[in-house]
Amino acid sequence: MAGRLWASTVGKKAVMAVTGGVLLLYVVAHMAGNLKVFAGRESIDGYGVFLREFLAPVLGYGGLVWVIRAVLSLSVILHMTAAVQLARRAKRARPVSYATRPKVNGSYAARTMRWGGVIVALFVVYHVLDLTAGVLNPHGVEGEIHANVVADFQHWYVVLAYTVAVVALGFHLRHGIWSALRSLGLGSARRAAAVKTAALVVSVAITVGFLSVPYAVLFGLVSDQ
Amino acid sequence: MRYTLRVWRQSGPSSRGQLVEYTVDDISADMSFLEMLDVLNERLLLEGESPVAFDHDCREGICGACGVMIDGVAHGPERATTTCQLHMRHFDPAKPIVVEPWRAAPFPVVRDLVVDRSALDRVIEAGGYISAPTGAAPDAHAVPVPKPVADTAFEAAACIGCGACVAACPNGSSMLFTAAKVTHLGVLPQGQPERHARAADMLRAQDDLGFGGCTLTGECTAVCPKGIPLETISRLNHDVLAAAMMGQ
Ligand code: HEM
Ligand code: FES
Repeated sequence: MAGRLWASTVGKKAVMAVTGGVLLLYVVAHMAGNLKVFAGRESIDGYGVFLREFLAPVLGYGGLVWVIRAVLSLSVILHMTAAVQLARRAKRARPVSYATRPKVNGSYAARTMRWGGVIVALFVVYHVLDLTAGVLNPHGVEGEIHANVVADFQHWYVVLAYTVAVVALGFHLRHGIWSALRSLGLGSARRAAAVKTAALVVSVAITVGFLSVPYAVLFGLVSDQ
Repeated sequence: MRYTLRVWRQSGPSSRGQLVEYTVDDISADMSFLEMLDVLNERLLLEGESPVAFDHDCREGICGACGVMIDGVAHGPERATTTCQLHMRHFDPAKPIVVEPWRAAPFPVVRDLVVDRSALDRVIEAGGYISAPTGAAPDAHAVPVPKPVADTAFEAAACIGCGACVAACPNGSSMLFTAAKVTHLGVLPQGQPERHARAADMLRAQDDLGFGGCTLTGECTAVCPKGIPLETISRLNHDVLAAAMMGQ
């Protein structure tokens, strides 16, 4: 069944919808966790320790974090593989392009899914090297989450990079959430408007939530003192 | 009125085509787009040139034969309108109009604006039917159909198979066409026995013919002369995934 599904365009979209949903859940949890920065150094640094101690008797110290990383990596690989394959197929299906093509009717978010996804993917690489591995972080000390974050967003260019990526993610999710439900056959005309609104609200909430930390640091609302 | 056109001319499937500029005079606001092309063609014939080939039949918006890309929009600027029902009053004589054939790998150009859309027939053959016992026609009331179901089926059955959805789709997908057929037959009681297999088989045929995959951009619905709703695609996805679950 899995092979059959993967062979069809609808099956690939279903895989994208499910893996996108997994990533969405992670992103919501991650955004909420970040807000602990506002509760002070002990809160956010303690949260990092808590995540590593969680289920430690079963998984070992940090085990949960590695389980999450594995699930996320698998999701991203499946999501991206399907996206690339569908994009290639689309290119083959229209070998000759039109001489004129006015601004298409679909939304900006729908039209930028592919490039938006690429921006998010590149950002994820940078982000892991910055705040997980610490090699690209101006402070870069493991476990000192608050200090690493504050060191990062002193710099306008780091804030800019995070802004571009998070806004791109917001657009990606706005079309993605709506599209995913349809890819899974759960869309109906009656609920279409409500789902579109909900997708917009969730996307804006995630975007604003993520951006609150860099801008709070940039404007001195959160600092080392 | 006088209009300037830039029309795709291509003498055969394997020849190279190009946009050629023409001016047409004596066009009234009430002429349809196809009538305007007729005027151009009469002049071209008198001048000993070959007329611009385009598909048409009923010229009343119900057969699905006509359809060209007008300034990059399938069937032109008016919503829910076929090219044959589109009137020249919607065009500004000061602006040249670009006319191109549908562009998709499964729709090869035959000549000028005419493309071969038989790929859509292959999709229909893969499952766009119901099995019914032959013999005397059954009583019209023998199978009750609730009104909302009949309405949904009818809305989808309005598809005339013109191919505008494929032409407009950034992915070159025929999803709206296939979904219209799957919805039309799949919601009615008569279509139940083959419902899931139909969706799976028609999708596979569409994929195999080289159409793109749907990313739900909604371009198709926007240009569909019959306004087939995007929800039909959700229904197709549902039935295809259900078929996979049931191992069909
Ligand atoms: C890693 C690089 C990524 C790429 C290249 C990528 C690309 C794409 C593409 C091309 C689509 C197709 C949607 C459409 O056109 O209908 C899509 C859908 C989606 N993406 Fe991503 N994406 C990426 C990362 C993410 C991330 C990080 C998330 C979650 C936070 C996410 C969530 C979603 C969701 C929920 C969908 C909807 C699936 C569907 O359309 O059924 N994506 N993505
Ligand atoms: S010619 Fe029949 S629909 Fe236009």
